[in-house]
Amino acid sequence: MAQQAPGTGGSARTLTMARAGREAVIAEMRKDPNIFVIGEDIAKLGGVFGTTVGMAEEFGAQRVIDTPISETGFIGIATGAAMAGMRPVVEIAFVDFIGVCFNQIFNFAAKTHYMSGGQFKVPLTMMIGYGGGYNDAAQHSQCLIGTLAHVPGIRIVTPADAYDAKGLMHTCLRDDNLTIWMVHKAIWGLGWLGTAIKTAMATVPEEEYTIPLGQARIWREGTDVTLVGYGITVHHSLQAAEKLAAEGISAEVLDLRTIVPLDREAIMRSVSKTGRLVVADEDYLNCGVTAEVLATIAERNPKILKAPAVRVANPDIPVPFSRPMENFALPDADKIVAAAKSTLRPAAA
Amino acid sequence: MKPTPKQRIWMYEAMLKSRLFDDALFEAYWEGKKPVFHMGKGPLPGEMHQSFGQEPTAVGVCAHLGPDDAVGAGHRPHHVAIARGVNLNRMAAEVFGKKTGLSGGRGGHMHLYDTNVNFFCSGIIAEGMGPGAGIALARKMQKKPGIAVAYNGDGAVNQGAFHEVMNMAALWKLPFVCVIEDNNYAVSVTTRESTVVPAWKRAAGYNCPGEYVEGNDPDLIFEAAARAVQHARAGNGPSILEIQTERLHGHFIGDSAGYRSKDEVAGQKDPIPAYRTRLLDEKVLATPAMEALEAKVQQEVDEALKFARDSEYPAADEALERVYA
Repeated sequence: MAQQAPGTGGSARTLTMARAGREAVIAEMRKDPNIFVIGEDIAKLGGVFGTTVGMAEEFGAQRVIDTPISETGFIGIATGAAMAGMRPVVEIAFVDFIGVCFNQIFNFAAKTHYMSGGQFKVPLTMMIGYGGGYNDAAQHSQCLIGTLAHVPGIRIVTPADAYDAKGLMHTCLRDDNLTIWMVHKAIWGLGWLGTAIKTAMATVPEEEYTIPLGQARIWREGTDVTLVGYGITVHHSLQAAEKLAAEGISAEVLDLRTIVPLDREAIMRSVSKTGRLVVADEDYLNCGVTAEVLATIAERNPKILKAPAVRVANPDIPVPFSRPMENFALPDADKIVAAAKSTLRPAAA
Repeated sequence: MKPTPKQRIWMYEAMLKSRLFDDALFEAYWEGKKPVFHMGKGPLPGEMHQSFGQEPTAVGVCAHLGPDDAVGAGHRPHHVAIARGVNLNRMAAEVFGKKTGLSGGRGGHMHLYDTNVNFFCSGIIAEGMGPGAGIALARKMQKKPGIAVAYNGDGAVNQGAFHEVMNMAALWKLPFVCVIEDNNYAVSVTTRESTVVPAWKRAAGYNCPGEYVEGNDPDLIFEAAARAVQHARAGNGPSILEIQTERLHGHFIGDSAGYRSKDEVAGQKDPIPAYRTRLLDEKVLATPAMEALEAKVQQEVDEALKFARDSEYPAADEALERVYA
């Protein structure tokens, strides 16, 4: 059974991830005047992905700041503001854009606390959209979570549904570090990307709640194979688990939920039980999150695997534009089903 | 606004402290690095960008700053840190990689931080612009007094961060001063070879004041900085203060600067002896008082170096601490 959300009584509604996330930001902004939101198209437009709808009306232009297209500049400015006691929230609509401002993220926001020996804190939260599946090609469809996760000093959360979107946003906003809250565009609940994936909508209480960092979530229990994913690949894995169940295979679906820190114990617990592992990720394969999951088992106890683990991820190609080629690059339920079955096949003699 | 005698004495003292500190580090730097030079050897390892000749830019501006203000320096930060009043013992210890250093040895000479005087560094060219303007934004949003000053070299003005931040600082009228230290070199490339329009003229593009100060002269820098700082304090937004200065040594210790002509090097003027002579000639200080001041500064520097050398190294696994707050 899926984990039961607390407080899903009378006050709960079914929300998209965009609404759930911004509800958390608004609630924290009402309490703490040091929180402000800064980024492109966030005031009048309400965010390219609807993350900031209604905020400018409530908090005004002083706290919901539309910027010029100057990511290096405004991430640097947000970092300095955080060093001086503010708690900025920075929106970067497409993770692909970190290419023009990565220095400010990984050399400043992520390292200032360490390099200053803990003197300066940088309580900065970034809201970032990622992922493909709508033919936006190689510069607007990446995940780059492995890229960000590679850098010390950054916490990365990747909610897969609206309940986690809200709880993890509260967690990020109350953390004194650089935190990145990342949502896959296909599950955000955007009108222009078709109907929201049902499993990403969730009952969300009106009350505030946090979700601890480094705590993975079991969406579906199973005994034959563990399907590990995060964000969009949780939903692919749930569909795959349904298909596998129809063939008599019991799959467990484990959502990493936060990439940094990573819940390595949950990975070990699940794979110890099932003995088989598929890790699905829309990000690049090479040196990615999937490799980190496998490394966890290799380091801690490779004997728990009854069969070689399989990774389903982007085969290290720029995300192509054309539909058949893009589909080739993206993970989906069928690829996960095939991978899961391959772990259950008897080894060749 | 001209500096008072007291301010002029302070400027001389801070310049001298920076110079004597750099002299002491220069000597220590070569320990363990002869006959074969290896940057990572000796008690003072790593890159070392010293401030010889650029001391006036630090004192002329920092003389106007108070405890509410913030200062960001670049990869060549010693003179600015000292003029800002960063704790000299802990700064020396940081440069030596000691546990008692400002950051417990995690930063080194290019990454000096001291929250007691709102001081930080950027080891990456021009990228301290954003954090500097961000502190200015925080002061404005929190309705607190104080301005932010970001130091950059002339090479920084061709980085995107310089333009992006100046545009936003001007757009939002942030209490911010961008100081450009024009030592004519971005490592080996001269300003003329790299920059078609100097930074102070680009101020027109941000609709803010821009000023160029020639002569590497603390008194003239003081006067120009007074205008820039006052502009920021009055809520009128940022300005660009470009200061002609001299890099008397190479880019870092070990750079023989073979790209400079002998004539050019011979023509360089050291600003500190010149200022000393001026203060004596104008009777701001009499010789005995001057010598007493110099002895005091030398003693401070000696003590800082001794503190650094006598301090313990951090335990190796302290490296794991402070990644996260």
